[in-house]
Amino acid sequence: MTDALLEVRDLEVHHGQLRALQGVSLTVRPGEVYAIIGANGAGKSTLLRTIAGLHKPTTGSVWLDGTDVTRVRTDRRAARGIVMVPEGRRLFGSLSVEENLKVGASYARNGPWTIERVYELFGWMRERRGQRTAQLSGGEQQSVAIGRALVANPRVLLLDELSLGLAPVVVQRIYGMLPQILATGLTVLLVEQDVSQALRVASRVQCLLEGRTTLEGQPGDLTPDRVEAAYFGLGHDPGSEDSDSGGGDGGQPVPSAGLPLAGDGADAEGEG
Amino acid sequence: MGWVNAIIQGILTGGLYALFACGLSLMFGVMKVVNLAHGDLAVVAGYVAIGVITVTHVPVLWSFLIVVPVMAVFGYVLQRTLIQGALDRGTLTTLIVTFGLSVVIENALLQFFTANSRAIGTNLALVRGSFKIGSQIQIGYLLVVIFAAAVVVLLGLQYFLSSSNYGRMIRAVADDQEAAQLSGVNYRHVFGIAAAVAFGTVALAGVAYGMYSQLDPTTGTDTILLFAFAAVVIGGLGSLWGTLLGGVVLGVAQQIGAQINISDEVLAGYIVFLAVLVLRPQGLTSRRSQS
Amino acid sequence: MSVVTETPARSPEQLRVTRSRRNVAWTGLGALVVVVVFALLPYIVYSGTTSILVQGFIVLTLASMWNLLAGYAGLVSVGQQVFVGLGAYFVLILAIHGTSPFAGLPVAAIGCAVAALPLWWLVSRLRSGYFAIATWVLAATVMLIIEKFSSIGGGTGMPLPGLSGLSSTLLTAYTYWAALAVTVLTLGGIYLLLRGRLGLVLTAVRDDEVAARSSGARVGLARVLVFVVAGAGCGAAGAVLAISQLQVQPSAVFSVQWTAEMAFATIIGGLGTIEGPIIGTIVYMVLQQTLASYNAWYLIILGVVAIAIALWSRRGLWGWVDEHLHVRLFPVGYWLWPQDDAGRRRWGRSRSS
Repeated sequence: MTDALLEVRDLEVHHGQLRALQGVSLTVRPGEVYAIIGANGAGKSTLLRTIAGLHKPTTGSVWLDGTDVTRVRTDRRAARGIVMVPEGRRLFGSLSVEENLKVGASYARNGPWTIERVYELFGWMRERRGQRTAQLSGGEQQSVAIGRALVANPRVLLLDELSLGLAPVVVQRIYGMLPQILATGLTVLLVEQDVSQALRVASRVQCLLEGRTTLEGQPGDLTPDRVEAAYFGLGHDPGSEDSDSGGGDGGQPVPSAGLPLAGDGADAEGEG
Repeated sequence: MGWVNAIIQGILTGGLYALFACGLSLMFGVMKVVNLAHGDLAVVAGYVAIGVITVTHVPVLWSFLIVVPVMAVFGYVLQRTLIQGALDRGTLTTLIVTFGLSVVIENALLQFFTANSRAIGTNLALVRGSFKIGSQIQIGYLLVVIFAAAVVVLLGLQYFLSSSNYGRMIRAVADDQEAAQLSGVNYRHVFGIAAAVAFGTVALAGVAYGMYSQLDPTTGTDTILLFAFAAVVIGGLGSLWGTLLGGVVLGVAQQIGAQINISDEVLAGYIVFLAVLVLRPQGLTSRRSQS
Repeated sequence: MSVVTETPARSPEQLRVTRSRRNVAWTGLGALVVVVVFALLPYIVYSGTTSILVQGFIVLTLASMWNLLAGYAGLVSVGQQVFVGLGAYFVLILAIHGTSPFAGLPVAAIGCAVAALPLWWLVSRLRSGYFAIATWVLAATVMLIIEKFSSIGGGTGMPLPGLSGLSSTLLTAYTYWAALAVTVLTLGGIYLLLRGRLGLVLTAVRDDEVAARSSGARVGLARVLVFVVAGAGCGAAGAVLAISQLQVQPSAVFSVQWTAEMAFATIIGGLGTIEGPIIGTIVYMVLQQTLASYNAWYLIILGVVAIAIALWSRRGLWGWVDEHLHVRLFPVGYWLWPQDDAGRRRWGRSRSS
């Protein structure tokens, strides 16, 4: 995998005494959209935050373009090209829209993204750029947060739970911008609660459960059954990679109400 | 009457108190640090100024140009080492460390310079002169200059915070330290800058006070720290111009107290402070209440 | 064929919970011996030594109080001198009206406990750093108010009446025993307090305040209680101070130096343990005696050491002892003994306190 842009090897992360991640690895290639899914508490955000530098792993490493960045401080990582849009937006509340963007640009790398270009991407923003961000709607705040990350000209853009607290229509619109973002040469690693949304936009997917990888692959290869099973951890040993067992592993009928998948709910009966 | 004079004096003294207070307010607003050694650092600046003037015989007003930058640099260093170290360990440690610093500074000054008070003496008309309005009101030039200086400093701070890169980063870090890091901002460095600015203002205040009144080892706490704090609380936590308002209210309260009974000057100020604390704990300028 | 693998639920480990009472008996006995030895000292040593010991007892009492406030309740007060002063003045006022200062001592403690309530009300809504300075302002304010009353000495203070009938040796002895009694009572009182529910609440708050509140702990009440107790303790120390100095001067009894001494002694000895202030006071007294002629130096050194310990060795000297020797003189914690299913005690235990 010499063309990997971002690599995570065997990551183990603790929150105090609680082990949040164990043996997690992933590889993101340039231009990819890599999605991490999983239930609440599965460790998705912890993984992203560790990649961004906010948590120190107990063991394991993070590599950017062939360089070990595990020991690199958060702010330096941003300057090197790993920029995260944190969960919950986390905008600077007392700053205006434009000031938020300016802070994002303060240690920016060279690249195609400028504040102007962000205004072009989000048409409404230029007019409201003097407004305090606390007065914006959720979707608008999310746009500003993304813009703030973009102006730093990252190589890998980390998106942590974009859809949180936003109406589905808004979420669709924001994800609809991904192609334009990718077109400028970025790579995206995202964490998403909304599984169907993640499967729609991603070129590769990994599912976490209780800190371990339960599934990895391309969305086209994964059936709803398998994703569901990996998501809830039924019928599988956590920790096994599931790329080629025959579809339909015979899990018990699972009430799928909490797992909206693309396509209708599949027949949950296992094949013999 | 003496009352009008007193009130004017009080208002003008408010400028001095605002100078005391703005550094304290800045450090708390940005880093959530209450620097208990704040006043003592002003006194140190005053002593340094005296030393510089004694040794090099520069004109008094030049001492500002030397002392303020030196103290600003010292502030940066102190923040990045001692105070950041304490911050990493918690609020309790920060208070203990700054309190310890305060005691060490005061006793070191006591040990090396004795308890005698010193003043930054000068024969400049600017400092010694005064002008009269009518027959009752006499206003010293120095106090007016100090008030003007306080306004200038506050304006400068406001401009710095609102329009400069560092000012923007300082506000961002104060809003959300983690998000700032994610945007590439080294928050420790930004804290250092904020501390440098705070120490610079406190140095200015110390030298000004040394010219206006006298400095001794305990002035830092007895006068400067407690008055600065009172001004901040009265004016409203988190508001720069609030410190000027708070300073003015404190100054006026003190002068009115002095009119009633000469020895009640300081007490009157504290009583007003306590009243504000009880009746309007968020301060006079704050719109929302402090939790 | 459907295969369902279940992760078997683990049976909860059986845990036995005991109080740390392993060495309480020995400590109790030891403490009794120590107290008796100390009580007999006036018969053995010169009055110069007992005076020094009185000073030590005052600092020890104050340090224990500051430890209670900061180490257990998380309240950093740099205005405790207000109670030292109030305690001294309670004794003075009573003595002026004919009560023996020794009888005034318990009154001073109670009076300060009562005075603590309105003072708490004034400053309690401020958060940590500003709370600290506010206590300082309170102390300064109270001092200024007291200085207005010339009947109790005004700004210059006055000598303490009511003790002139006693011979010098008797006075020294009585002062010493009063100081000893105050110290023993405060240390014992703190120990009992912390062993009880208050101690649990405070430790819970110390670890995680939100969790403590949501599990029903009366956090606010605990804090008030601690502030009141600390006020009483510092007041008692102030009363002993007045008696030992035979005069009460506002600038002396309301000096912030008292806070500096109690804070440094506590931090050096170890914040958050009952034994810490004892060690810290010993260090303080040693330093003060050896550097007595270099007045300000001992505070400078104490301050620097305290800063260093706060930054690098947070648990202080006693923490070092505790960690390496696993000794607790005043055990207030609990031991958890994990046991396997057969009820046998397993080696290795976790401790909370």
